[in-house]
Amino acid sequence: MDITKYTIKQISVFSENKPGRLAAIAGALQDEGINILAFSIAEANGFGVVRALVDLPEAAYKKLNAMGFMVSFTDVIAVKMRDVPGGLFEMASVLSEAEINIEYSYAYSGREAAVLILRVDRVDSAVEKILAHGGTLLSVDDFS
Amino acid sequence: MIAWDPNIELMPEAELKRMQFKLLKILVYRLYSFSNFYHNRMVEHGVHPDDITCLEDVVKLPFMVKSDLRDGYPDKIFTAEPEELVRYHVSSGTTGKPTVVGYTKHDLDMWTESLARALTSCGLGRGDVVQVAYGYGLFTGGLGLHYGAERIGATVVPASVGNTERQIELMQDLRVTAICCTPSYLAHIGETATKMGISIKDDTHLKTAILGAEPWSDQMRERIEEELGIKAYNIYGTSELSGPMFTDCSEQAGFHMWGDIALVEIIDPETGLSVPDGERGEMVVTILQKEALPIVRYRTGDITSIDRTPCECGRTHPRIARLSGRVDDMLIIRGINVFPSQVEHALLGIPEVSGNFMIEVYRVGALDQMLVKVELNPGAFSDKINDILDIRRKVGHTLKNMLNVSVDVEIREPGSLPRFEGKAKRVIDRRVL
Repeated sequence: MDITKYTIKQISVFSENKPGRLAAIAGALQDEGINILAFSIAEANGFGVVRALVDLPEAAYKKLNAMGFMVSFTDVIAVKMRDVPGGLFEMASVLSEAEINIEYSYAYSGREAAVLILRVDRVDSAVEKILAHGGTLLSVDDFS
Repeated sequence: MIAWDPNIELMPEAELKRMQFKLLKILVYRLYSFSNFYHNRMVEHGVHPDDITCLEDVVKLPFMVKSDLRDGYPDKIFTAEPEELVRYHVSSGTTGKPTVVGYTKHDLDMWTESLARALTSCGLGRGDVVQVAYGYGLFTGGLGLHYGAERIGATVVPASVGNTERQIELMQDLRVTAICCTPSYLAHIGETATKMGISIKDDTHLKTAILGAEPWSDQMRERIEEELGIKAYNIYGTSELSGPMFTDCSEQAGFHMWGDIALVEIIDPETGLSVPDGERGEMVVTILQKEALPIVRYRTGDITSIDRTPCECGRTHPRIARLSGRVDDMLIIRGINVFPSQVEHALLGIPEVSGNFMIEVYRVGALDQMLVKVELNPGAFSDKINDILDIRRKVGHTLKNMLNVSVDVEIREPGSLPRFEGKAKRVIDRRVL
């Protein structure tokens, strides 16, 4: 099985918590014609990490890096959820049974289905388990 | 009592100067003969003890600076035999290495004597109950004042720092009449007492405070005296000289620098030359009778002026004015000396952050807070918030270990802090004294 097909490159950007930082990031992506597909901000005292799935991750990395931002790629997986009560539980329990830890996660409601973005400690096992349970993972192609 | 030791304290000025010269001469011969450090320094400087023919000849001797003490870590400059030492105190150095000060029995005796005179000049004595709320331990404040107050026959409450509510209870229950602490800590005690529904002015016997170990102002003194209904005296000293040693007298017009203990010069920090009396400059001190760690022409870095005119109190020993600043960039945070170079040194050992930093100091209520801003190194960036918080904690712990002061840490983007060409200005002090 080709795990890499399901390994999505998320860009993570360090940002000080002050006005204008998000606008700077978003504006830069707009300038490059890069589309943001999913997005979240994690915040702590005084700083935050902006996480995004974009259609052109390499270009986004290059652009933000050139602007002086600290950027890194993080491997995440994107799981289709049934957009009904219990949809999240199905996925979470699969990972729970396999004792796979979710470092963090965020979700978006796409045109076709709800999508859960997961940063897990063991990507390979997570992909295997989810597929084995009949789950649907979005592939890299879905994001480009 | 007018003076603890009237024979010395009220000695005519000319006699005092003769005594100082004699002590200086003895000191220089002793160090030339018994101290490698001072012998070499004098030889390099082209000066021999025979060249010291009057008190003013002290300027022929080379200066000593803080880094000499660091380079001498821990006891290379000591002239006493190890078994003659009866105590060590340790203070922060300018970088990683601290400064170790050793004391012989005679050194402790002179230190205590200096404080006995000083505390008496503030009107304290037998019958007073003195709460020593300076830290006890490696810091000289607690133990220094403890023994000084005991010597004059006062009753000591060795409260040390912290646990403010308990300090206030003790102050009430033991009928404390005097407290020794930093001015900001006394202000904090005042605020805490108010919250507890206690008025220091009306509900305690406190009448005197001996305040020092951090910069403050005459305005702050007036405010404290007014709010707490007490007299507040300024105290001066550094661990290199022994510890806190000199205070204002009842005239509150400068620290009396006991001439048989300290020979004070005020110099232009740029040229190293003496400035006229009354003019501001860097204070240079020679401790005339120190055995374990001799101090000759030590550049304190403190800016002040000297006044040799007679004091209303009758003491003939010269006075120095309230310190008006520092020659270097030393900061005093909650009574602890902090050098930006220490922060730099600590950060160099942490690969996750760059060596570029900024320090901000401000007051929350009455207490100093220090914030250190550091830049995260790109290689250490993680998408997980907890990893970054771990780095922040690590920086905080490392700085705490180095400085002995807790600091707040702010993690910044690389390149976001100012860069300096030439002399870096890494400190923003927002404290209003």
